[in-house]
Amino acid sequence: MMIFSPANLKRLFFTLIVAAVIAIMTGAAGSSTAPPTTGVHGSFLERVSWFGLFAAPRWLLFATLGVIVWLIVSLYRPRAKTIRGGIDHVLAFPKEIAARKPTRVTLIAIALIVVILLPKFVHESFWMFLIVEQIGVWILLALGLNVVVGFAGLLDLGFAAFYAIGAYTTAWFTGALPMPALFHHPIPTLWVIPIGIVAAMAFGVLLGTPTLRLRGDYLAIVTLGFALIIDDFVETQSGVTGGGVGSSPIPHPSLNLGFWHFHWGISEPPYYYLCLLFVVVFIIVFTSLEHSRIGRAWVAIREDEVAAESVGINPLKYKVMAFAVGAASGGFGGVMSAGLVGIITPGLFTYQVSVNVLVLVIFGGMGSIWGVALGAIVIQTVTSYLDNYQPWGYQINDLFMYIGALLIIMMIFRPAGLLPSKRRRREFAMAEGGEEIHTDEVLSGEQP
Amino acid sequence: MGFEHFWLSGFDQIHVAFWRYLAVGLQNGAVYAMIAVGYTLVYGVLGLINFAHGEVFMCGGFAGVFLTRGILGDRVGSGWGSVGLVLAGIIVGGLVSALVATGVQQVAYKPLRKRHAPKLAFLISAIGASFFLQTLAGKEFGYGVNIFPGQVFEPGQVMFTIFGTPINTITVVSIIAALVMVVVADRIVRATRLGRGIRAVSQDAETSSLMGVNIDRTITITFILGGALAGAAGFLYSLQSGIVQNAGTEIGIYAFTAAVLGGIGNLRGAALGGLFIGLFGSFSVPFAFEGNVQWTEIYTFLILVLVLMIRPTGILGEKSGRTA
Repeated sequence: MMIFSPANLKRLFFTLIVAAVIAIMTGAAGSSTAPPTTGVHGSFLERVSWFGLFAAPRWLLFATLGVIVWLIVSLYRPRAKTIRGGIDHVLAFPKEIAARKPTRVTLIAIALIVVILLPKFVHESFWMFLIVEQIGVWILLALGLNVVVGFAGLLDLGFAAFYAIGAYTTAWFTGALPMPALFHHPIPTLWVIPIGIVAAMAFGVLLGTPTLRLRGDYLAIVTLGFALIIDDFVETQSGVTGGGVGSSPIPHPSLNLGFWHFHWGISEPPYYYLCLLFVVVFIIVFTSLEHSRIGRAWVAIREDEVAAESVGINPLKYKVMAFAVGAASGGFGGVMSAGLVGIITPGLFTYQVSVNVLVLVIFGGMGSIWGVALGAIVIQTVTSYLDNYQPWGYQINDLFMYIGALLIIMMIFRPAGLLPSKRRRREFAMAEGGEEIHTDEVLSGEQP
Repeated sequence: MGFEHFWLSGFDQIHVAFWRYLAVGLQNGAVYAMIAVGYTLVYGVLGLINFAHGEVFMCGGFAGVFLTRGILGDRVGSGWGSVGLVLAGIIVGGLVSALVATGVQQVAYKPLRKRHAPKLAFLISAIGASFFLQTLAGKEFGYGVNIFPGQVFEPGQVMFTIFGTPINTITVVSIIAALVMVVVADRIVRATRLGRGIRAVSQDAETSSLMGVNIDRTITITFILGGALAGAAGFLYSLQSGIVQNAGTEIGIYAFTAAVLGGIGNLRGAALGGLFIGLFGSFSVPFAFEGNVQWTEIYTFLILVLVLMIRPTGILGEKSGRTA
């Protein structure tokens, strides 16, 4: 065991650099008026107390943590194989049980019961709002983007545009925009749901038809360009959209069947059930799509577009379809959000929102519906918690630093996500094993 | 944005306005050209858009801004002092950006290259790097506040007057600096051993590695070269408009548009594309809808979308590796 071998000392060096970066990330913030080194100075020299036992400058703390992590890793490495083998051995039986069908059905049933009864357990309004606005709506967005990125393999950086279309359609049809509603006749919010979904899908087709001919990275930047255009348009055309100030209040949805009347007021549980209903519907639709002819076509295009074309799949048609299908749930997310929050502003649909949705998909596992839902729940809970309680000197603006870091870390260590879809994991493994190297990957390859 | 807002109210003002728009357009174009070269070089060797390049530019801008502020304090630069300050800003901005670009390469690209990760993974990790840098800069230097460098020149210093239009010193300095740096980059890529390595990797990475080109080193050098140009551009940009933590997104897209317009992988094309985008942006100001300058952004994004959809190989054609 060579703990002080050059390779291992190099590892120590990198660990310490990472510790320093984390110290800066979690450290004091500078400002535009303070000298430029304020933040760095505060991050390293500030004294932190350790459960009141002793106070040490931060740099000492982070250096110590770095060395400890390094020690653990260097002790673990020589035994990695044994330990991993042991873990696999222990996990083999639970895994086998989990793979059985009755177990899965039971698990899904339990999850469904918990999900249905959730509002009974959660009384705090903050958590209920979080569950609907921060998790429910974002699961819808993530499920939609998962169709585009996960199933069809198209990187869309402007997904918030569909969300915006859904929300602004709602505002328009309910008469909450400066522009008068269609036929000067506002309609109830609930009836906008199908209109919002159709509008978003139509926009998906409109946007997809010209752009989806482009290859991966160009598509990413064109979708980003479109998103920025829409953002600028919404902000400048205050006569149509209300500009940066946003819309007037959108009425809460209500249902009137003549014999039965229901109004979604300001309390969250009714929205929760509305949202849950659509999440379940979208999960069922997307799951069956995934295993249908269309889903197989998406996989074929994602894995090898030329081969797919040669067996008679029209790539453009299926890609546009993926855009439209993904847009549907994004658009519904917009309607939902508009009905719940009431006032929509362009700030809700920025590039950052698109990247935030992308993180949910990547973290959970591209192409895996359950993974994406789990990713949305985990990340949105953590970020809402951080935003509201701001523990350990966290500031609201720091969020995208961690999101950016998380994207890099996921791509390095677990590109297929937390709960990967089997197929995706195989694709990553195959590409990395060199079985299926495309020309563009040779360019980025290492020396043989 | 550095666009001056200027309304045409009559024909008598057209020629005045023309020279002013031309100057502003060339100045912005010079900055875009320098950034676009970085996009095009990295695209050449990796076959990928470096989504974090805009943030590399932003970091160089901050370095130059704080350097000149530290040196000048409340004083105003003049004469040879100004020249020295501009050179120092360009060099320090370039160095910092080259460092950041290398860091991005090491963290966000290299581990994925070693694993032959699919292209999607590179794009995502680069977007992650871009958000990380942007937010970190915001945390350290404030969000959404333009920070200006020390007064390297007297405010509004005019170098000469052309047809009745005063031309600012900053404009002239930006154009000259960009010209020199792009020409030097062009010579490096075309006429040196390093450049031959870059061109070889651009053409065929596998074969060039068989011929003894060290691919890892070549890629690092490409990032350093592109980063240095972007950093210098960041300082020049900040002289006119100041620098803000999210400057990289918008300027990055403009420069990327320029790179695609000139044919990605084509260094001279990228430089010309940059000039074109700069001029296009400034001359579209009079056509802004209801006088709202944000419309010039919309027009430029439309150019990007149109170029990509109609002629993704650019006007001069993609030349990955041949004369890059």
